[in-house]
Amino acid sequence: MNEFVERLVSLRWAEPKKSYDVVIVGGGGHGLATAYYLATRHGITNVAVLERGYIGSGNSGRNTTVIRANYGIPEAVRFYQHSVELYQGLEQETGRGLMHERKGLLWLAHSEMGARAERARAELNTAFGADTVYVERDDILRICPQLDLDGGGVWPVRGGSYHPAAATARHDRVVWAFAEGAMARGVDVAQRTEVTGLKTDRGRVVGVDTPQGPIHAGHVLSAVGGHVTSLVSKVGLRLPIRTHPLQAFVTNHYQRQFHPIVASADLLFYASQTARGEMLIGAEIDRQPSYSYRAGHPFIQHCAHRAMTLLPLLGKLKVLRQWTGVCDMSPDYSPILGESGIDGLYLTTGWGTWGFKAIPAGGEQMARLIAEGETPELIAPFSLDRFARDRTLADRGSSGTH
Amino acid sequence: MSIQISCPHCGPRPMEEFLFGEIPVTPDSLTDPRDRDLDRGFMHQNPEGPTVERWFHLYGCRRWCTVERDTRTDEITEAG
Ligand SMILES: Cc1cc2nc3c(=O)[nH]c(=O)nc-3n(C[C@H](O)[C@H](O)[C@H](O)COP(=O)(O)OP(=O)(O)OC[C@H]3O[C@@H](n4cnc5c(N)ncnc54)[C@H](O)[C@@H]3O)c2cc1C
Ligand SMILES: [Zn+2]
Repeated sequence: MNEFVERLVSLRWAEPKKSYDVVIVGGGGHGLATAYYLATRHGITNVAVLERGYIGSGNSGRNTTVIRANYGIPEAVRFYQHSVELYQGLEQETGRGLMHERKGLLWLAHSEMGARAERARAELNTAFGADTVYVERDDILRICPQLDLDGGGVWPVRGGSYHPAAATARHDRVVWAFAEGAMARGVDVAQRTEVTGLKTDRGRVVGVDTPQGPIHAGHVLSAVGGHVTSLVSKVGLRLPIRTHPLQAFVTNHYQRQFHPIVASADLLFYASQTARGEMLIGAEIDRQPSYSYRAGHPFIQHCAHRAMTLLPLLGKLKVLRQWTGVCDMSPDYSPILGESGIDGLYLTTGWGTWGFKAIPAGGEQMARLIAEGETPELIAPFSLDRFARDRTLADRGSSGTH
Repeated sequence: MSIQISCPHCGPRPMEEFLFGEIPVTPDSLTDPRDRDLDRGFMHQNPEGPTVERWFHLYGCRRWCTVERDTRTDEITEAG
């Protein structure tokens, strides 16, 4: 964390104590938001967040920041809509500029099947509280004049859905705002503090091991992103998670006229413009599970090719930066959060390629669970035991990868 | 440069030509048949470090080979 950042927000780092009511492993958005809501909503401040690198060094500082609620199943629409709303009030609540900007999201369909899916998405979203409408070609061009509706003659646009509430926010500012708010109320956040083991006593998790020594905890939350399997395997817990790299890239500056977020389910890419004017492009995960942060040319080649069929403007731009994060992918494209099945250990994982938008709601709900000892209704469907209960939540709405 | 996998039939080829396959392992500690079924159906090793896997040469000879890979770096130490 450099000097500039420390002046921007007042972060006070802590040396971990020997014991806490709650120890949160991982200083990404979900870990820090949980600490923040424990402190602000439940008055629980004897809390430590232990981060092995620096806060936001995981996916929370690497994502393409799409915030939306136009998911494909009722449980998800309700949950993400709540998170979209929390984001809308977050600048006011934290008193920090988060560069939250409402952009609207266009989801394009290129076939009759695709158009039917977007109509169904609009119906389902509306029924469960998220605002999504079906749009025809004229509307689409009005929302995004830069689109080639003929799709380069190969992928003509038939129609699409439009989700006006979709937004973006500056990712690391979100991380810092939650960290600052938690610290100000007495939460200890320690960087360069790796959790190397979990302490158990008669089947209950009662603390963590670090190279600086053990730390006792009443409750332990695993919020370690793509590294969750390695952490919870220390207590023999098995998860339906595979870790996959996800890449993204930005181009050099384009005139600041590209307003919405544009996505195509068939072409598997999405694009938006950053506040600096860069075009930001994302796509699907690398096929092989891996923890490697390697970013490669094949990705740019595939992704740029597909994106250019709909957005010819990209052809004139150059790639400026490319990067990778490693994502905790669940088999049904839904998060896994709540109790772990082992006393004292809680999970927030399976955030895959879609968990940035979920940071406020995920943190708020996990804090409630830890504070009150009862799983809130909003997240009950997402518990780990859904796999044993034959209640998986296959959500095509999140497989748009952002 | 993309990572190369040495297919025993085709020689070194880019990783993008292959499809990853996990070798499923259900721990012996799971004894209840229902737990074993659940584990086989959903759970993954997801190892962080050196591991042995099967890869399918989809855009090549369409045969399986065994690959040793370090998942932290994607370095491939052996294929055969
Ligand atoms: C390229 C890319 C684009 C994305 N785009 C979007 C998007 O547009 N919209 C969206 O909603 N989501 C998106 N996502 C997904 C989103 O970034 C993640 O789901 C979200 O940030 C997860 O937050 P987290 O706090 O769970 O994990 P992370 O932010 O990864 O935090 C986990 C932290 O735990 C730390 N850690 C790990 N192991 C240990 C240990 N043993 N001890 C201590 N600390 C440890 C890590 O260093 C890390 O800082 C994208 C992801 C990527 C990679
Ligand atoms: Zn071959």
